[in-house]
Amino acid sequence: MREAPPPAPTCADLFLGFLTTGLCGFGGVLPWARRMVVERRRWLSAAEFTDLLGLCQFLPGPNVINLSVALGARFHGVRGSAAAFAGLMSAPTVIVIALGFAYHRLAAIPIVAHAFVTLSAAASALVLATAIKIATPLRERPIGALVGLATFAAVAWLRWPLPLVIVGAVPVSALLTWAVEARATVRRR
Amino acid sequence: MRQLAALAGIFAQLSLVAFGGGNSILPEMQRQVVQVHPWITAQDFAALYALAQAAPGPNMLVSALIGLRVAGVPGALVALGSLCAPSSALTFVCAGFWHRFHTRPWRIVVQRALAPVTAGLVMAGAALLVRTTGRSVGLDLLILVATALFLLTRIHPLLVLAAATALGASGLIG
Repeated sequence: MREAPPPAPTCADLFLGFLTTGLCGFGGVLPWARRMVVERRRWLSAAEFTDLLGLCQFLPGPNVINLSVALGARFHGVRGSAAAFAGLMSAPTVIVIALGFAYHRLAAIPIVAHAFVTLSAAASALVLATAIKIATPLRERPIGALVGLATFAAVAWLRWPLPLVIVGAVPVSALLTWAVEARATVRRR
Repeated sequence: MRQLAALAGIFAQLSLVAFGGGNSILPEMQRQVVQVHPWITAQDFAALYALAQAAPGPNMLVSALIGLRVAGVPGALVALGSLCAPSSALTFVCAGFWHRFHTRPWRIVVQRALAPVTAGLVMAGAALLVRTTGRSVGLDLLILVATALFLLTRIHPLLVLAAATALGASGLIG
């Protein structure tokens, strides 16, 4: 026998659920959001969550922010989106602005300045690790790896503006992906 | 007022090209606020991004820190709001009919085509940050070890950031 699904969340539930998620989310909020939505509050099944996340990863914008908007919309339209978004962002925004003021005041103190030199280096390492994780699956896709390299060169080395790179790289990449995969399908037959 | 309008313009544009999430727009954000509008130095950018990573919430709160530096609290709210609003509006509109196109072949091709572009963009962001922050052999070594820890162990990232901060504060590495 299946358990009855819990009742749909109210706007207050959405706000509070995302409030705790936003506060937990050190170094990546998305895993915490999944835990809250699927495991703890059971607003969505695991499959529904993955499907909704697919939308948020497809569209531009920070994924977890898109997720709060899409989930809120699903239950209560604009009000739901606003409640979930406000829950996710309000507390971290206040905290980060306070930290920004503190940093501005304290950055002249040598010990703080030194601490920030190494913290910044470690934070770069975190982005580098993320980049390596994202790029690793491209080993299976030689053409994809070339597109990735070209994008990298255009942005990091030539310093082209991003909108230009997106407008250039995405259609080319889509065309190549489509051509390669259509050929692979033909060969399989 | 002009600063606020410039912040709004930059971050609203970034919002709509952030395919693959926030990290993909790091290089363009850096280009805009360090080169195009020389508001902060590359070192400052790396420090503010580190602060946003160490704080709770999405890393894209770095937009609030940049806005704060440029135009105080109104700047912080304008930058963050401009980064969130366009993509959120688009998500809200698309959430209604995602079920109608999410199994279409073109959707799958576009998503697979975005992956290498995103990888290149995030790698470019990482390269810019590493180039800015690896200012000595000791710091390069720290970046290498930290990257290995993030990739190969299950140690919580915040612990690694805290340990690095302590190493810097104690003067052992710098």
